[in-house]
Amino acid sequence: MAVCIAVIAKENYPLYIRSTPTENELKFHYMVHTSLDVVDEKISAMGKALVDQRELYLGLLYPTEDYKVYGYVTNSKVKFVMVVDSSNTALRDNEIRSMFRKLHNSYTDVMCNPFYNPGDRIQSSPGGPYFLCPIQSRWALLPVSDPVQVGPTPVSDPVQVSPTPCVRSSPGPLITW
Amino acid sequence: MADTVLFEFLHTEMVAELWAHDPDPGSGVSAGSRGEEVGATTGQKMSLSVLESMGFRVGQALGERLPRETLAFREELDVLKFLCKDLWVAVFQKQMDSLRTNHQGTYVLQDNSFPLLLPMASGLQYLEEAPKFLAFTCGLLRGALCTLGIESVVTASVAALPVCKFQVLIPKS
Repeated sequence: MAVCIAVIAKENYPLYIRSTPTENELKFHYMVHTSLDVVDEKISAMGKALVDQRELYLGLLYPTEDYKVYGYVTNSKVKFVMVVDSSNTALRDNEIRSMFRKLHNSYTDVMCNPFYNPGDRIQSSPGGPYFLCPIQSRWALLPVSDPVQVGPTPVSDPVQVSPTPCVRSSPGPLITW
Repeated sequence: MADTVLFEFLHTEMVAELWAHDPDPGSGVSAGSRGEEVGATTGQKMSLSVLESMGFRVGQALGERLPRETLAFREELDVLKFLCKDLWVAVFQKQMDSLRTNHQGTYVLQDNSFPLLLPMASGLQYLEEAPKFLAFTCGLLRGALCTLGIESVVTASVAALPVCKFQVLIPKS
């Protein structure tokens, strides 16, 4: 089960970060930040290699004693970073890949949303459409047919132009890199 | 089969609607016929840039959605080839007819029967009306390039309908 998910823009600033254990958000923010170096390393290594196969899925970036960090980069150089609990050994590689694929699909839907300006933070409010199903509900194991709705503002209130504040369960520090 | 014409009709209406606001001078009204001319040209430029920015946003979304399953692009030429093949097929159901480059950052994409100009005329008729029908597509190309990480300037030129050329200039950094 994923404990933290981050969507990082091309210029390496976060578009969306969400983590489950609400008391240690800062630790996950730092973890995601440090994993960006590994991501950049992998991307440049891919560019120099003469292998024809250039994959979007980067695989395991680095393991710590409690967590494993996985990475994925899209064609538009938007990076997805996922932190997974190490104790859950049942998660196989292709499950992680399918999680990233769903994340990529959701991100593409956000891009196609006319109310979203590319480059803005992705807002996801609990009352309306979700960018992702909450991490608590073990969304990795949800069937593929489960609808993942997207949208920066609640559908029920189209007049509301000011975006709802970013969902953060604890009033921790807001990190902008 | 009806899908292709839906976009063409929508595009025609878009151009007609945005162009209709032309007679209002945008800012700074000067008296006299010369003033009217100036107002008209500024209004035309505004309409063109509005159309282009609409195409830009659509291009950004398309640039995210279309290359989803394809592997990462290795170099600029791959991105241009993707534009000529996948993007053009997705939007206009045909591939671009020719792609030329000078390898210095200038690419010329030529379409010998551009679907948005095809119903208008064949030859030199309506030549001066053609540019406004190309603004949206220029923005589309620029938006797709921007999502794929390339800043560019896209212009279009028409010598004789329906042949048109899109020139993509990628400044060297």
